[in-house]
Amino acid sequence: MASMRDIKRRRGSIQSTQQITKAMKLVSTVKLQRAKQRAEQSKAYFNCMYETVTSMLAKAGNINHPYLSGGESEKKAVIVITSNRGLAGGYNSNIVKLITQGDFKKEDLRIYAIGKKGRDALYRYGYEIVEEDSGIIEEPLYIDAMALSKRILEAYSNGEFGEIYLAYTGFKNTVVHEPTLLKLLPVEPEKKEEKAEDKAGNALMNFEPEDDEALELIIPKYVTSLIYGGLIEAVASENGARMQAMDSATSNAEEMIDHLSLMYNRARQGSITQELTEIIAGANAIS
Amino acid sequence: MAENDNKLKLKIITPDRIFYEDEVSMVEFNTVEGEVGIYKQHIPMTMIIAPGILTITRDDEVKEAALHAGFAEVLQDRVTILAEIIEWPAEIDLDRAQEAKERAESRIRDNAPGTDMKRAELSLKRAVARINAVK
Repeated sequence: MASMRDIKRRRGSIQSTQQITKAMKLVSTVKLQRAKQRAEQSKAYFNCMYETVTSMLAKAGNINHPYLSGGESEKKAVIVITSNRGLAGGYNSNIVKLITQGDFKKEDLRIYAIGKKGRDALYRYGYEIVEEDSGIIEEPLYIDAMALSKRILEAYSNGEFGEIYLAYTGFKNTVVHEPTLLKLLPVEPEKKEEKAEDKAGNALMNFEPEDDEALELIIPKYVTSLIYGGLIEAVASENGARMQAMDSATSNAEEMIDHLSLMYNRARQGSITQELTEIIAGANAIS
Repeated sequence: MAENDNKLKLKIITPDRIFYEDEVSMVEFNTVEGEVGIYKQHIPMTMIIAPGILTITRDDEVKEAALHAGFAEVLQDRVTILAEIIEWPAEIDLDRAQEAKERAESRIRDNAPGTDMKRAELSLKRAVARINAVK
């Protein structure tokens, strides 16, 4: 049985860990509120963007453009959004699993990493990291998403890869976060047909400039908005995941402290009993 | 005719916030095909925005903003502008815009090899739009 001093020291160290996890939980709760609010504010923009692009594709069904048909290259680009800091439960490893256990071939992938944790993990697995942009996850700005989508679309137009994916953690609500793999380009054809029927009854939309030119200009904006949306949701999910992880860490610490306190009290009682027995035995021996 | 009848619903959305939402008489902005002014009963159209000034006319009240990128969806009774970058004159840093203008101008003048001409032109246009919006 561990000595009284050992148990006391152990309990002290768990207590100070618990204070840290408690503080981290509070911090991420506040950050989550802010991130959630931001996600809600930008929703209107994305809904509208989505509607415009789908109605546009419904009209542009017969246009043959690389944005719609896909490139010839076998290579695939994946934008991987993770966090810069750990202690967020399964948040980062779920995204990494999405890549490593998906049906991608390792040698075909080109990773655009946002977030140090994901970059490090994928680098260890031997994936090719083309670019790292971990700073932007701290405070995602639309400008950052614009710059990234510009670079990635340029590479796409140059034929460096044929498909672009976005891996991020979708924010359903405070406790449910879904690792999501979204295909950015080429734009999925099924979606196009389905929407064509929906929109058939609506007023005919004109485009200025002409359809294919407008497509050329709008698709990059569409991709940018998806990346930005991914960033914002990922930040909210990160803080949600950390809040949950820290909450359970705090309650686990509580449990351990209770257990150790019990053990400490028992050990104390035991040592008192032992001392008493020794004294009595000694007194008996003298008389 | 009731006063409301010749008003269109204008909504300007950016990724971060709803920038403006009201009923207005006319809205003017710059598109890649040239400047346009839109009243009610315009035919449905989607336009790509070029850097320029957005002018909102609401009865006698005129408001201006610098609109840099995005696109506009025009329907008969409403206009939705999805703006990637838009600023009220009060939010513009005039000195910075002036500097950016000079920088872009010198870059275009020098025409050094390897200069991204399109980018320089675009930043010049943006700077000019900002400066004009403040004036």
